[in-house]
Amino acid sequence: MNAMRYAIDIPPSQITPESVFHSRRTLLAAALAEGLLAAAPRAARAAADSTPATPALSFTPNPRYSVQDKPNTYDEITHYNNYYEFGTGKTDPAEHAGLLRIKPWNVQISGEAEKTGSFTLEDILKPHALEERIYRLRCVEAWSMVIPWVGFPLADLLKRFNPTSKAKFVEFTTALPGARSDALPWPYVEGLRIDEAMHPLSIMVVGLYGHELPKQNGAPLRTMAPWKYGFKNGKSIVRIRFTESQPRTTWNIAAPNEYGFYANVNPEVDHPRWSQATERRIGGSFFASRQRTLMFNGYADQVASLYQGMDLRRNY
Amino acid sequence: MQRRYRYYYKPLIFIACLVPALGCLGGILASSGLRVPGFNLGVDPVRFVLDNLGKTALNLLLITLLITPLRQLTGNANLTRVRRMLGLFVFTYALLHFIVYVGVFQALSAHAIIEDIVKRPFITMGFTALLMLLPLAITSTNKMMRRLGRRWQTLHRLIYVIPMLVTLHFWKMLKSGYREPLLYASMFALLLGWRLWRRYGRTLQAAPTSRCALPRVQEKA
Repeated sequence: MNAMRYAIDIPPSQITPESVFHSRRTLLAAALAEGLLAAAPRAARAAADSTPATPALSFTPNPRYSVQDKPNTYDEITHYNNYYEFGTGKTDPAEHAGLLRIKPWNVQISGEAEKTGSFTLEDILKPHALEERIYRLRCVEAWSMVIPWVGFPLADLLKRFNPTSKAKFVEFTTALPGARSDALPWPYVEGLRIDEAMHPLSIMVVGLYGHELPKQNGAPLRTMAPWKYGFKNGKSIVRIRFTESQPRTTWNIAAPNEYGFYANVNPEVDHPRWSQATERRIGGSFFASRQRTLMFNGYADQVASLYQGMDLRRNY
Repeated sequence: MQRRYRYYYKPLIFIACLVPALGCLGGILASSGLRVPGFNLGVDPVRFVLDNLGKTALNLLLITLLITPLRQLTGNANLTRVRRMLGLFVFTYALLHFIVYVGVFQALSAHAIIEDIVKRPFITMGFTALLMLLPLAITSTNKMMRRLGRRWQTLHRLIYVIPMLVTLHFWKMLKSGYREPLLYASMFALLLGWRLWRRYGRTLQAAPTSRCALPRVQEKA
């Protein structure tokens, strides 16, 4: 009797796939070996991972907002992610982001704006011409990459909703995928001051290397403000809220002494547990030296004026 | 028979202990452009090697501390023969972990390294643990054991302090979460708790005036 009930109640996502069931001894042995010896190197990844599998986008390159540094490879950008909903390991998102359903996709617009409500992804994207911008990405963990994003100015999108004079901040909420780690309080919330969000460097990203964003990089819609640490940029956005007061953001809630609201890249203000003066560029040789971190990640000329008169040690 | 058995299990354990280091080496060669089939450390080989060496030292420390309880439970005295070798591997992996941190992760920047050790408690703890392992490794020979006599045992009790330091080192290194270090902490607590119980718990129980031995009998009745 009970067995029958359970059999019906189990959602398909909970059932072990047959292939996994049959290889359970191998999996157990592998898990055991990993536990004892902290994992010998994993097998080489399939070559398929190094080229985009998502549909191609039409866009124009924007050299005015692109850096000259050599971009990281597609494989590096898509297999070294912090997307903690899928696990805290750098390859966890590439492995588990398939759980995220991105069709259909809706974005709720709310708060201090004239046009609010639910918009489909098509509604959101329709009026915007896509451009490619090669930006630096500096993670708060002191590594960095160079990434060719495809997107459009965030300001162009936000202005369509006619934010009111009370809209001092914008809050971005990330989707909740089916299975989640318990590393942080979900959903993931990030936010920008309205002038930061409206800055010409801030973009809404929909693609990578000329193709639609892969899920582990925040498909179908994510923000990118390149002078801030990576975590300031919400992935897979389902809600945009205009607010009068400063949004409560996830990492700031989790560890307020380590992650501030501003999170501007700043080599002079250390993370309590590591220095931010230098960074490791991902993709260099094993013995490559670290490079100096630049103020505002090298975008100081464009954004420093946003923070005039502010004590950046206190507003980290 | 016993001797012949011993003849091959020690080299086998030795080789097993080398596997993670050889894996890292193969991966480093592969990531430096050499064709080493089957080795791929992923996008960030530096971090992989650093974490892997540290984790291996941690795992081997756990195994080393498991030897004595295992011998006491099974009565197999042969187990003790591999304890020194395992302990020396703990030191070796901790040292390799430190070398990769100094030479590769911090790229020999003396300023950054000293700042880390002085200013960041989790690095201070890891470094202290390495400094504590050093005299244990140096005094691990038979000659030193004889020379130090009773003091040898006292010195080697440091091995009970090191797990606390390295677990905290691991815990505080993580950006968030605590599951894995908590698992290590509980396993270490179990291994150290076993020793405390052997030393003090049983004498308490055996003593006729003990408060815990008598009521238990009454409960049964």
